[in-house]
Amino acid sequence: MKAIVNVFLKAGVLDSQGKAVHHALDSLGFNSVEDVRIGKQIVLQLDETNREKAMTDATKMCEELLANTVIEDYTIELV
Amino acid sequence: MKVSILQFPGTNCEYDTQYAFEKLGAQTEIVWHKTTSIPQNTDLLVVAGGFSYGDYLRSGAIAKFSPIMAAVQEYASKGGKILGICNGFQVLTEVGLLPGALKRNEGLHFISKYHHLKVENNNNIFLKELNNNDIVNIPIAHHDGNYYINEDGLANLEKHEQILLRYTDKNGTIKNPNGSVASIAGVCNKERNVFGLMPHPERAMEAILGSDDGIKMLQGFLVS
Repeated sequence: MKAIVNVFLKAGVLDSQGKAVHHALDSLGFNSVEDVRIGKQIVLQLDETNREKAMTDATKMCEELLANTVIEDYTIELV
Repeated sequence: MKVSILQFPGTNCEYDTQYAFEKLGAQTEIVWHKTTSIPQNTDLLVVAGGFSYGDYLRSGAIAKFSPIMAAVQEYASKGGKILGICNGFQVLTEVGLLPGALKRNEGLHFISKYHHLKVENNNNIFLKELNNNDIVNIPIAHHDGNYYINEDGLANLEKHEQILLRYTDKNGTIKNPNGSVASIAGVCNKERNVFGLMPHPERAMEAILGSDDGIKMLQGFLVS
């Protein structure tokens, strides 16, 4: 099973890259964009069939390493 | 006086740091990250600057799991003095020895230049050779130097006089190069034995090379 982890800066923490891309999109004429957030996606190939166990493991990985919870939030999707 | 300097794969300021402390008369030792103990009689442990583990994932994130780090935590908990410079500061926030985190610079560029800093609190061993509001001119060289801490955290830093230095111009007026909250360039922990800053005092040791203001800073650790 795969765990897809998305890590983004927390709401309220200024995302300078998102802001720069938003500005660039605006100058290209894409004026309907209201907000841009840039994050990273980490895809984990897990040797695990139990979804609950996979979720617990992935959560632990996020808390310990994959995200810095002082500034970042994460989501985990199992596929 | 013995200064031990941590070296991870990708660290690149360990020899500058060694030069700086030896110039001030200290004995130094470079400690490879696979070691599992801090050298005997270490008076100061420096987490030197550079790009530990290529800054992969986040600056300082992987160094957190190096074999030496358990000993670093223990050394800190026993009151041992630790100084993190640049990437060392990032490592110390990642392991939770210092509050806050360092984000990508607001302008997204790597910044490498001299910058003025104002001494905010000198009631600690690091900055005791300087006076509050003194201005020093020290090089900065970083991509992820944008200090972040939430409002409660900032109030705590202020309350416990943990803000060491702020980025200013030469007259002491706030001038923020990277978007840091409250223009913060360096902080210490509440117990005042762990220090971190983004600027490089070890690169400001020779007037002929631009500035020797780093001497007054690093000397604090050597003068009792």
